[in-house]
Amino acid sequence: MTALALPRVLARRPSRGVLLIAALAAFLVLWVVLRGLHTLSLGASQLTPLHHAVNDFNDALGAGRNTNPLFLYFFNEIRLVVDEFVTFVQAVIAQPAFGRPVPLIGWLGVVAIVGYVSYAVANWRVALPAAAGFAFLGLQGLWQESMDTLALTLSAVVIALLFSLPLGIWAGLSDRFNRLITPVLDFMQTMPTFVYLAPLTLIFLIGPASATIATIVYAAPPAIRFTAHGIRSAPHDTVEASESLGATRRQTLVKVLLPAAKRTIVLGINQTIMAALSMVTIAALIDAPGLGKTVVKALQTLDVGTAFNAGLAIVVMAIVLDRVTTAAGARAERARLDTRPTSTLVRRVVLIVGGALTLVAVWFSTTYLWAAEFPPDVSVGPAIAQAATTVTDWVQTNLSPVTGGIKDVVTLVLIDPLQMLLTESPWWLLAALVVAVSALIGSARAALVSAACLLLLVGTGLWADAMATLASTIVATAIVMALGVVVGVWMGRNQMVDRVLRPGLDAGQTMPAFVYLVPFLALFGASRFTAIVAAVVFAAPVAIKVVADGIRSVSPTTVEAATAAGSSTWQLITKVQLPMARHALTLATNQGLIYVLSMVVVGGLVGAGALGYDVVAGFSQAQLYGKGLAAGVAIVLLGVMLDRLTQAAARRSQ
Amino acid sequence: MAAPPELAEPTTTVKTEPVISVRRLWKVFGPKAERVPGSPELSALSRRELMDKTGCTAAVRGIDFDIAPGEVFVVMGLSGSGKSTLVRCLTRLIEPTAGEMVFEGEDILAADPRRLRELRRSKFSMVFQHFGLLPHRRVIDNVCYGLEIRGVRKADRLERAQEVIDLVGLGGCERSYPDQLSGGMQQRVGLARALAGDPDVLLFDEPFSALDPLIRRDMQNEVIRLHREVGKTMVFITHDLSEALKLGDRILIMRDGKAVQSGTGEELVGAPADDYVRDFVRDVPRADVLTLKWIMRPARPDDVLDGPEFGPHVVVREAVRAVLAADRPVKVVRDGELLGVVGHEEILASVAGEG
Ligand SMILES: Nc1ncnc2c1ncn2[C@@H]1O[C@H](COP(=O)(O)OP(=O)(O)O)[C@@H](O)[C@H]1O
Ligand SMILES: [Mg+2]
Repeated sequence: MTALALPRVLARRPSRGVLLIAALAAFLVLWVVLRGLHTLSLGASQLTPLHHAVNDFNDALGAGRNTNPLFLYFFNEIRLVVDEFVTFVQAVIAQPAFGRPVPLIGWLGVVAIVGYVSYAVANWRVALPAAAGFAFLGLQGLWQESMDTLALTLSAVVIALLFSLPLGIWAGLSDRFNRLITPVLDFMQTMPTFVYLAPLTLIFLIGPASATIATIVYAAPPAIRFTAHGIRSAPHDTVEASESLGATRRQTLVKVLLPAAKRTIVLGINQTIMAALSMVTIAALIDAPGLGKTVVKALQTLDVGTAFNAGLAIVVMAIVLDRVTTAAGARAERARLDTRPTSTLVRRVVLIVGGALTLVAVWFSTTYLWAAEFPPDVSVGPAIAQAATTVTDWVQTNLSPVTGGIKDVVTLVLIDPLQMLLTESPWWLLAALVVAVSALIGSARAALVSAACLLLLVGTGLWADAMATLASTIVATAIVMALGVVVGVWMGRNQMVDRVLRPGLDAGQTMPAFVYLVPFLALFGASRFTAIVAAVVFAAPVAIKVVADGIRSVSPTTVEAATAAGSSTWQLITKVQLPMARHALTLATNQGLIYVLSMVVVGGLVGAGALGYDVVAGFSQAQLYGKGLAAGVAIVLLGVMLDRLTQAAARRSQ
Repeated sequence: MAAPPELAEPTTTVKTEPVISVRRLWKVFGPKAERVPGSPELSALSRRELMDKTGCTAAVRGIDFDIAPGEVFVVMGLSGSGKSTLVRCLTRLIEPTAGEMVFEGEDILAADPRRLRELRRSKFSMVFQHFGLLPHRRVIDNVCYGLEIRGVRKADRLERAQEVIDLVGLGGCERSYPDQLSGGMQQRVGLARALAGDPDVLLFDEPFSALDPLIRRDMQNEVIRLHREVGKTMVFITHDLSEALKLGDRILIMRDGKAVQSGTGEELVGAPADDYVRDFVRDVPRADVLTLKWIMRPARPDDVLDGPEFGPHVVVREAVRAVLAADRPVKVVRDGELLGVVGHEEILASVAGEG
């Protein structure tokens, strides 16, 4: 009875797959007929009234900056305080100050402090490489740039922690505040990095203060989230035991919750530091000093050697900061289990002696020039740059058939057709398709969000550019997902592969987005393809890890049962593991999209064009400011739309 | 089978002044929980119906009991019957929805937060199923914790902690961290922490359920020994009847938040109030629990009444040998008065678990 009724039900209501194909087919037919109509394209220097209005608004703000009370008593004050703080930190380690030709503490002092602090919070196995890493920055001839980057990063982290730790504790203790702040943090995390830059420059001007404030805003969420999570996941029994003994809320917080959450909180601080470093380098776009600026300048003149040298310095700094903070998190655990009294004693002695030596080094570095300024004659920077340039030249002359071939094929087969489909369609036709797809693979709500975002995109006046960016994003995400599924399944099924690959993926994820551009610029020159490849490399680790975890979490009993039933490996993967990890797949797509989107835009620096270019140009040319800001908004709109859509799809798949 | 009325002493009320006295205690979880206990209509619903109708869970429903000083009071029931909620209500770790609770003459529900903290610091201590130890502190610092938050001087609290550590047999483990100890040892730490503040009442929420059977037996003996040595009032939650019978002076059986029966172990085994309790006590070795008064029968005219004499409170197991050895019924006598007799038939039925 039911067996008979079932096919009839299916026949009456066409499945979503059929509907999806029908919608695509209808789109293609109409596209052929209506191609080139209502495309809303806009020339590179053309502006819409909205862009002019934003320019005017910016000018008006600029004129009123010293009279408007909101600025006088609020924004300018914030800018001043942040600026003072950053300038002070820069004066200590990076910039000539206090009437001296060199910063207060020279390279020797900084290297000694880095080594000492690393030993104090971790151990000597971390401390030695950390000190060596910093010395290497000097050898690269990038001491001052590195210290500027470090100064901005540290200032931003300190200020960010000042806010985010208390907020995190509050969110950990109060369900209501947690419910309030979680969606805000979620939203902030889906925003591409430099989207914060544009509106902030409107208020805080272009410069280090804006860069630091943007960094604070970008870097704070992980610390809040991790702190709250650490406190929330403290064992309930223990908290209850503390209460049952008559502890006050404060006592329970200080003596039970915070110690239990300590490790998680340190992990959050690690994330905050890495996010800050990433943002500080990107903030070079709004004139933040430091390594990022060296990279940007070199990229703009296609000087791969210099860009590589500076990119390498960013990587070194990222590795040092990451290793030290990660080891600090792990240390508490291990030191606890080490109950030998001798090792505590040795450690104490080393700390005292090391402290004294560090002080001596600092004193040297404030007194003698050789210890203050990194000796320029031992620099290996030019050699590194030279080597990178040589390799690049060699690759470009000898490998160009290969690299060029790959580039051309992908561009011709994937990027161009898709971009043509999206940009040459009437806007309303494409919008209708996107809304239909949202309704079919997501939900009615996702369709509504898509419709709203699309209309607002039209409003920004940058429809055509947005569609070009969307095309690149889709291509990059497709490649990311292909990689994610292949490598993720491999890792998920094979413990050994997982152990080998995972550290590399983890490291890849902590690198500032920026540094990925450089090697691919060397390989492929400036093009949309270069930006896409960089985005793929940036986004793939996350997607791979999510897929691998999804595959791994498929119940072993189910896998065993399927194997016992005689499934081949291929059947096992395609019929059991992938379908059961469906949720992880949609989640990986979601994460992949967000990462790609934030990178396609940074790719504006290496020829990605479209919205990325609009944003970058907006920061450098006054008359394009409004357009750049609109482009930033357009990226947010794309991000929100794609995020909501994939999340709705993920929920549906659960 | 019920005991003769003149022998069924009233054990549900306590003759001396109770330490804890609980009346009509309700705990309802869920939206607008307050309305449930007061409404005769809602409070009459079963748990399931209440859930469907109001979205509330009634975890504890109108419980009454008194606990005498120095008594071990056991609350028993299947998982989900509301035991943990009940014991947490006693110190207001969970705020009761309705009812009265009097502790040493003081209305606990009227205590303000400060007074409540004082009570928790000095009068009650609790031992938890999953120990609830502070993982980042050494054993000695865990034991000190309660004293530390009371503001006791460091030297004093270390001294006191050492005392209780020795008392519970943890000597030598002071410097270990909880996760370096076995489950049984961890629960000893929990026990020491509870004893450190020298409370009047110890509350145990299934303290040994997470332990292996052999260790559980050790720990039960430990509690019996401690009770003998320090003589504290104890409220002991368990879902294990043999544990309840072993430790409890009196046992309260809960089902779906309600009290089903309360009494001594032999009362529960000898006269279960309903099928739920009967199910619970089915597998108990009756001869170990029941006393002669539960199995004796009235003397018949043809009985030869010159056999050995026993008191009514002698456990069956102890009388078996004597009864079987005698060729005539054994007399059950109190104050020289003949209450009944026990013959081979009665004793065998009881040992076989039929009585
Ligand atoms: N915080 C809570 N919120 C809602 N329901 C709860 C809560 N705590 C316990 N309950 C419910 O109350 C009932 C009794 O739980 P509990 O007291 O833990 O039982 P026991 O300890 O006897 O296993 C259970 O149905 C449980 O689901
Ligand atoms: Mg329980």
